[in-house]
Amino acid sequence: MLGARNALYGLRLSEILGVRGVRRAVAAQLVIDESTAMSIGRDTDRAARLGFYATGAGVFALWNLGTLIGSVGASWLSDPRLLGLDAAAPAAFLALLAPRLRGREVWALALAAALVALVAVPFVPVGVPVLLAGAVGVIAGLIPRHGRGS
Amino acid sequence: MVWIGVAVGALGCYLLKLAGLSVPRHLLQRPAVHRIAALLPVVLLAALIAVQTFSTGKGLTLDARAAGLAVAAVAVWRRWPFLVVVALAAATTAFVRWAVTGS
Repeated sequence: MLGARNALYGLRLSEILGVRGVRRAVAAQLVIDESTAMSIGRDTDRAARLGFYATGAGVFALWNLGTLIGSVGASWLSDPRLLGLDAAAPAAFLALLAPRLRGREVWALALAAALVALVAVPFVPVGVPVLLAGAVGVIAGLIPRHGRGS
Repeated sequence: MVWIGVAVGALGCYLLKLAGLSVPRHLLQRPAVHRIAALLPVVLLAALIAVQTFSTGKGLTLDARAAGLAVAAVAVWRRWPFLVVVALAAATTAFVRWAVTGS
């Protein structure tokens, strides 16, 4: 369930990346929260592609390296929460999301999505709240805009 | 047995990503689909931030992470560098946790 949101990221990324065949198979492995976030904030397609591949490859390499170091070094560091590292990820995503929050509509949508996800947390399995927030985005996208030219 | 589960899980996750990238282009060019595809990363990231900050996985909670995120929000608003934002959030969370619980 946690991985399902990556399929939704792919919808946006396939337009930016425009990859087929073997390259698509490689690119698919790199689709993740971070690479998507680094890609969608760019103004040009070229910068967006660079953001996606550089971040995707970086996360892939460092994630696996980090897992290795973590499994070896876990005995030295008693609790990562002591360093506040559990707050680092949301802070990073916030910094990546911020450039996209232009205009009142997008703000409202982001807040609504966050609220829906939080309300759902106690009632559904891990990973599902974020997908429900995705449904908010789908519904908002289905509503046609009239005359405001967004 | 565990490793079979891991392998199946990994394959499933990969196929989901591939499926997302493989949606036909002409389908994406329809206005509604285009709008949805543009909005999805925003709502998904917003939800991810909220869930990672205010939940324990099973329930909602308000703890030191909220302070970290608040500081991060200010830092982002002030357009401070990315690494500063992340470091400040972690440091704030660690400090509040230490100050409140003493651990």
